[in-house]
Amino acid sequence: APEPRSAAGASTSHQPETRRDKAPRVPGARHSMDPSPESDPSHEPHSAYPEDAYEGGHGPYQPHEPGYGLDQPGYSPYEDEIPDAQARMLAIKNAKAYLLKTSTKSGLNLYDHFAAILTKILDEQPANTVDIIETISQDVKWAQFRKKMDTLRDEHLIPPTFEAAEKCKALFIKEAGEEEHEELDEEMGEPALPNVMETAFYFEQAGIGLSKDECYYIFLAFKNLISVQPIQTCRFWGKILGLEMNYIIAEVQLREGEEEEEREEEEEETVAEEEKEMGEGEEEEEQKEKEPEPPKSTYKPPPEIPKEANGTGANKYVYFVCNEPGKPWVKLPPVTPAQIVCARQIKKFFTGRLDAPIVSFPPFPGNEANYLRAQIARISAGTHVSPTGFYQFPEDEEEEEGGDTYEENPEFEPPPVAEMVESLAMWAHHVKGILKQGRCVWINPAQKSEEDEEEGEEEEEEEEGEHQEETGQPLLTLISEDEGMKNIPAWTAQASTNLIPEYSIAILQSNRWPGAYAFASGRKFENIYFGWGHKYSPESHSPALPPPAEAEFPSEPGITEAADPTVEEELAFKAAQEEALAEAEEEEEEEGEDD
Amino acid sequence: MEALSLPAALSLVAGGGAGLSPELRAALGASLPLLQRDYRFERVWFWGCIQGVRGAYYIAQGLGPDRAAPRSRLYSLNCLDWSLLTPATEEMLALAEEVKGRFQGDPSFEYSLAEINPEAAARLVQSGKEEARLIATIEQIDRAVGIVPRGAFVKTPLGSVHENRHFEGLSLVEAKKLSSYFHFTEPTDLKNKTLMEKADLDPSTDFLNSLEHDIPQGSWSIQLEKGGSVVVLRSLLWLGLTFYHVPMTKQFGYVYFGTGEKNLDLPFML
Repeated sequence: APEPRSAAGASTSHQPETRRDKAPRVPGARHSMDPSPESDPSHEPHSAYPEDAYEGGHGPYQPHEPGYGLDQPGYSPYEDEIPDAQARMLAIKNAKAYLLKTSTKSGLNLYDHFAAILTKILDEQPANTVDIIETISQDVKWAQFRKKMDTLRDEHLIPPTFEAAEKCKALFIKEAGEEEHEELDEEMGEPALPNVMETAFYFEQAGIGLSKDECYYIFLAFKNLISVQPIQTCRFWGKILGLEMNYIIAEVQLREGEEEEEREEEEEETVAEEEKEMGEGEEEEEQKEKEPEPPKSTYKPPPEIPKEANGTGANKYVYFVCNEPGKPWVKLPPVTPAQIVCARQIKKFFTGRLDAPIVSFPPFPGNEANYLRAQIARISAGTHVSPTGFYQFPEDEEEEEGGDTYEENPEFEPPPVAEMVESLAMWAHHVKGILKQGRCVWINPAQKSEEDEEEGEEEEEEEEGEHQEETGQPLLTLISEDEGMKNIPAWTAQASTNLIPEYSIAILQSNRWPGAYAFASGRKFENIYFGWGHKYSPESHSPALPPPAEAEFPSEPGITEAADPTVEEELAFKAAQEEALAEAEEEEEEEGEDD
Repeated sequence: MEALSLPAALSLVAGGGAGLSPELRAALGASLPLLQRDYRFERVWFWGCIQGVRGAYYIAQGLGPDRAAPRSRLYSLNCLDWSLLTPATEEMLALAEEVKGRFQGDPSFEYSLAEINPEAAARLVQSGKEEARLIATIEQIDRAVGIVPRGAFVKTPLGSVHENRHFEGLSLVEAKKLSSYFHFTEPTDLKNKTLMEKADLDPSTDFLNSLEHDIPQGSWSIQLEKGGSVVVLRSLLWLGLTFYHVPMTKQFGYVYFGTGEKNLDLPFML
């Protein structure tokens, strides 16, 4: 290997004397053993061979041995007197023998070590080698010890990278029957597959979004989803981060026929479950009859608010989630009002496992899949917006209050971006807000209880008085009517760029749900969510306190303890008793007299 | 994260959905080298951005020869014109503790401290400018969750801290452990360790606190992303801080995209 010129040049410029001194010397004789050749020659024998210091007469170079004092001024090859060739050879051999001495601790020797260091340096040719020579030396030693010394083979370790790559590769493989599907889609009219990449492009203008690779994987995963499920429309809803894994969420409308079938299936399932529960209940009752009956609770849970039917309200869409593109899509169960109400009171991180339990207070009815679905419903209701006028209520139907349907307005003319940014009145919600009850359309919970004959009518009347009809904002309400929190407005709108206003797009971000964004550019708009799935709270979250303990029994005069009488009362009572006694005695005496 | 490797690094942390628009990336590509020239920094790090209601602050940090020395911080509203921030004082930190809510996006915005907490207002001489809060928040985030992988920096015998040129990245097994990551800040109670724990430590690399004993337990989410080729740590205490490291390479760094508010609800959320 050629000598590194830069390094050699550098050393010449720094210390010309040392170079002159070193270069012609035979390697091994006195190279780096000697810390300072020119500084103090008189001390050199001692400082050069540290072993002399403590070993007394047992160093490799005893004064009587040939070669001793080779580094003395007189023996330098640049001196006039050239030493005897044989003596020099011997000295070199001695020095080499010393360097080859194997360490009793590590089994290494200095000669090989230097050779390894020099090889490493010449192979790698790092800059400023002299500054890092210690580390290189250390590295070389490390490498020695890392050698595998036993003969057993390592178990072949497969890093997870390959597994994931395998899955991703599977996304790219075109299925055999796919072409037929495409033809079907053409017949259906609108393509079901969303253009994820286009959406990603627009959001990227605002600095929002995943990396391009990930987007494309998601795109492919959507294609797989559509080929498996009977899907009419499909949309990339967003990504919710979890502690262990993340969720990629697809918002889907199933084809009508299929949806009903599924609904029936679900109903059957629920019926079956109810039957099971009933059966279990009866068995329990039989057992109880034998034992003395414990006191029964008089508490009646408030009537359960029925969930909204699939395709309406909070259950308008079906959601599919997967942890990573390439993993199987899982359908989330429909959301119930109770879950939404409870989800508002708790704040928990998602773990990334759908079957994980939610440990919270108040207790959440369901597991993480239900919680995720409830949060998706809340976020959708709060943040899905479109340019005002893009959607309109269908004309042929009568405009009912709380109408759930809307259609595209064919005459919609997109406002300029500057206007979309300046005024929040240019945006409108196209998802119905969720009422306090947990439903989008209010339902009187008492009405249902009328069907149950068991309950008394009196209670119903009371309840009817309690339940006031909740009304929310109608569909397509302008977002300028959204309430802010404290002094924080609900929305922030901005243009993607101020430098090139001709091609900028309007970006809207929600301050209530950090991570929810919308863009609008011409007739195109889209909503997306990237975040942890929690609502912004200006105040710290304070979990609900447990309800006060129930009174054990009613406080009545027969049960409550009377206050102890005071001394005066006692005395008065005693006096009264004595009087009564005296009277009785008198009466007795009178009676006796009568006899 | 290192300004030089910014485009690659941003795509590695993009899993959280936050990033920079092409315009800002291009602007940073032009302005950060100039920043390095004008302020004579040895290294420039892009620190991240704090989102305000009406605008965002973009933050960069300049490093001198000693990497662990206090870093110079600069902020910008458009990623082009940078202004130097003063070092954080105790008073600023106290101010930031008092102020709640979102940033406004205007450095000269005055928080009326008297309304929030009259007691604190009496104590603090500092006016409640948003700039002061910004400085304090950056300092807090750096102190609490600014992290580096173990072995990436070495302490020389002279006491200064340098990049470890022999750092080859954590192995995949190590990269999944919290103990392999260090807080890149003045260590606290480092000596307070058992002999067993000290046995594996190397004074030149283990001069910082590891994440293992962070309070509360589980305040980091550690994930393998991109099919296991990159380790991503997300702080749950300061939501928005993302750290990435590609195992077996020298690539690592952290960036903050968030609102600049500490997640005080964390104990209830785990």
